[in-house]
Amino acid sequence: MASKNARLGEYTFNKVDKVNAEIFVLTYGTIVAQMLEDFDDVNETNKQLDRMGYRIGVRLIDEFLARSGIGRCKDLKETADNIAKVAFKMFLGITARIENWSADEKEFSVILDENPLLDYVELPPSIRTSLWYDNVICGVIRGALEMVQLSVDVAYLKSPLRGDDFCEVRVTFKEYIADEVPVGED
Amino acid sequence: MSAQPIYALYIINKSGGLMYQAEFAEEARKLTMNDHLRLAGTFYGLYAITSNVTPTKGTSTGLQVLETDGFRLQSYQSPTGIVFYLTGHPGRGNYDHLLKQIYQLYADYVLKNPFYELEQPIHCQQFDAALVKLLKEDLK
Repeated sequence: MASKNARLGEYTFNKVDKVNAEIFVLTYGTIVAQMLEDFDDVNETNKQLDRMGYRIGVRLIDEFLARSGIGRCKDLKETADNIAKVAFKMFLGITARIENWSADEKEFSVILDENPLLDYVELPPSIRTSLWYDNVICGVIRGALEMVQLSVDVAYLKSPLRGDDFCEVRVTFKEYIADEVPVGED
Repeated sequence: MSAQPIYALYIINKSGGLMYQAEFAEEARKLTMNDHLRLAGTFYGLYAITSNVTPTKGTSTGLQVLETDGFRLQSYQSPTGIVFYLTGHPGRGNYDHLLKQIYQLYADYVLKNPFYELEQPIHCQQFDAALVKLLKEDLK
């Protein structure tokens, strides 16, 4: 099943339109810099990036589902695998790994060995340990999963901008959102 | 093969409200907005009931196909809870591919419009145009 998702990710990635990476990276960098300037507060910037990501995520999920053809996931493991192998591949062209499952299998980490958003970025010392530069990713995951009735907390743990070897995003499952959705729950 | 048209498309949000409705065939009966709202609400209720009365232990989708000698109705619910359903000429086969493509068009023209609010009625001209194009091509 693991390689099936990898193949699906590859296939979907090849199907979608591509955009110039430089424009994307520059745009994102400008947003972060502008936010820091406007809010003048790193924590607020982190929060705003997360909120921005949330707004992207709630819309991105349907794009993901429509293009990849993936249906409901049976369990959290399948969800995690889809995020890492299909979604990250489809949208950022990178394959992530899932590691560090908690004992109760309700928490996992998404590890990014490479992250195009961080290319060329060096944080000034004053914000190096407080800013999560691509915190938008946390919001995207949170928003996307909420639309499929999974309430999660998502937070950054490690980043190469802080000297770590890779990016680590921690996803913690909170609860299923019992919606008015008529289809039976997962 | 003579064209066997799609009559109408309905899109319902998670709470059963009608988000979008369009008619594509002149020979279909013209309904008022109230009729459409009532139809959509009724279908949503049907969909909810049918997904809950499943006799098996597992989960089930709601009503997917409805056939009469006057039309065929087929529905699709996205994992995010949006229900799309099409009515068309009874002689047609399956609408699966159409529903999938309509879902993709929704993900493109509706969701990527930053000024569109989720779960609200859809007023996106590009979506309308893309739908007409899709269904015209399908008729060939």
